[in-house]
Amino acid sequence: MHHFITEGYVLPNQQHIYWTVMIVLYPYITGIVAGAFIISSLHHVFDKDELKPVSRFAMVMAFAFLLFATLPLLNHLGHPERALNIMFTPNLTSAMAGFGFIYSTYLFILAVEIWLVYRVDIVHLYNETRFPALKPVYWLLALGVLDISEEAKVVDHKVMVFLASIGIPAACGLHGYVGFIFGAIKANPWWASPLMPVIFLLSAIVSGVAMVMICYIIIQWFNGREVDGACVSALIETAWYFLIIDVALELLELINHAYMANEDWTILKTLVTTKLFVSMFIIQILLGSVVPFLAMGAVVVFKQRIPAAVRNVIGVVCGLLLLAQVAAMRWNVVMGGQMFSKSLRGFLNFEVDLGGREGLFAGLFILCLPFVVIFVFSRLLPLWGAVDTFPKAWMKEKPPVRQPLKGFSKFSS
Amino acid sequence: MISPHTPDDVSRRAFLETVAKTGGQSFLFGSLFVNTAMLRLPQDVASPKAKSETEVGKGVVYGFVVDTTKCIGCGSCVRACRAENGVPDGYNRTWVEQYTFYPDGEVVVNSPNGGENGFAEPPTRNMPAELEKVQPVRGFFVPKLCNHCIDTPCIQVCPVGASFKTPEGVVLVDHERCVGCAYCVQACPFGSRYLNPETNTADKCTWCHHRITKGLLPACVVSCPAEARIFGNVSDPESKISRILATNRVQVLKSYLGTRPRTRYIGLDSEVI
Repeated sequence: MHHFITEGYVLPNQQHIYWTVMIVLYPYITGIVAGAFIISSLHHVFDKDELKPVSRFAMVMAFAFLLFATLPLLNHLGHPERALNIMFTPNLTSAMAGFGFIYSTYLFILAVEIWLVYRVDIVHLYNETRFPALKPVYWLLALGVLDISEEAKVVDHKVMVFLASIGIPAACGLHGYVGFIFGAIKANPWWASPLMPVIFLLSAIVSGVAMVMICYIIIQWFNGREVDGACVSALIETAWYFLIIDVALELLELINHAYMANEDWTILKTLVTTKLFVSMFIIQILLGSVVPFLAMGAVVVFKQRIPAAVRNVIGVVCGLLLLAQVAAMRWNVVMGGQMFSKSLRGFLNFEVDLGGREGLFAGLFILCLPFVVIFVFSRLLPLWGAVDTFPKAWMKEKPPVRQPLKGFSKFSS
Repeated sequence: MISPHTPDDVSRRAFLETVAKTGGQSFLFGSLFVNTAMLRLPQDVASPKAKSETEVGKGVVYGFVVDTTKCIGCGSCVRACRAENGVPDGYNRTWVEQYTFYPDGEVVVNSPNGGENGFAEPPTRNMPAELEKVQPVRGFFVPKLCNHCIDTPCIQVCPVGASFKTPEGVVLVDHERCVGCAYCVQACPFGSRYLNPETNTADKCTWCHHRITKGLLPACVVSCPAEARIFGNVSDPESKISRILATNRVQVLKSYLGTRPRTRYIGLDSEVI
């Protein structure tokens, strides 16, 4: 909390901005979770086979980001030691009180689903690892369940189908809910909108797809492996599709504000044309939406006529632009809503802190943590879809190529 | 005079029988909608909920009236509040706004330090020197504080139930429970709440709860030399506030948000948000 330079009349208690980088980061992280999970589900549940190479990775990414989704919140709370009160003594009329339950339910679903996806691999690695020290680790990861008979696999798949079917609404619920936290605040005309949960959800999917796409292409480049063209095309198509709906709704929201021109529009107009001009019109709309729309649209329209190398570059560059788009959108909502006073007569000049507990560096540090988890995960278990991407060096011999289960081929990768 | 036994009675009886038969169902389904459809005005006359909360003779229910026509902008209330409640610098449980109207139609609102030191001069407008000399055409002061709303959004959004309302209608924060998420600060449409940097918990005007429970008046009410602030038991028809409410047209801030404030204003101008 800082005392900022103000313009016009700002209510005395609003001369501080209470939600800063951490609260921008929180929806950003949960958004990546929701988006990555959707990518994984498109393969697991909706049979989009082109996404098979990234489906496991997407699930691991969702899990890794979800592990740290609460960290910005804990870091922001005035009394983090009381955080669990949100579950022990929840106030049921509070939108925020749902967080503990929605979050832990989703974390549980995701953890069990990942465990089921990986259980057979874990058992193989337990049997075949050439480091005896790792045996107990794999035993623990398998939770001691070493049965990989066909019957056991069938049970695994049944549970997985069930979890996947509730995982998708849970993912949508988690992020739609984050939008609701803002959209349901009638005190703030910049937030109060029934569209807010929908926009948050769609931009979440965009950011998750973008993050999976960037990581996939860059990691393949880094490891000297071939980038799967069909997979990148499918990722670009998915990102393009969700970007269009997302941006259409974002613009409709703004246009609606302008057209209705309620008493708050005077200040909102000044807000978007001055304080948010760069982050909204330049980053969110021009660079983050128009440019990827055209570039990814070219990939979608011209398909194979675009060389693979160009397509990969488009994937990475547009992925980064989309991440910037969504980050800017979060910023514009969270910070934009606090840059003007509820007096509707004044503004705050907010400058982001670099250091400090809630500063930009702390935010970037938190944003790096999921990648550390993904890295550690990749040392223990195969991140990518196919069996032959096992960490071979760690195994006594090439693992047996397992045949897909009849009728469950989509889960057996 | 019409006879009490007209032929109409037959059909009326038949009608009543039909009503009695179907009445049960109608009652069951109807009651689902009546509560939500009931018109709820900012003033608590039309709402059954509000009526029960302010019902005469059923315990004390506090109310607050700000008479903007009387405020002289001295800032005594702000100083008294700070002294009484130890409000940290840079934050306010109550503050005074100055509204100044210029001939060119501009309305300037200001509240330097929350009006704590009074208002010595008309506000500066950041205009060319010749325009700065233009004298305002009218002006007034508006003291503000927590509205202690009946349907208060701050209590609604508190995730841990640290914000609560006493039976007398006072909205308070339990500093032992508050997690300091500031969601209530965001949810309050009036800017009445802040995060206290000393306790890291949400803080706000309590109508001097520690005083009113001992039969004293809030510090701002006591310190006001112009009697612009009136506090009391609205369920007692003989109380000063009840008489004022009975004889004045009052308004509330941002009535369109439906929070139904218990702090009411006399002489509120349309420029006051």
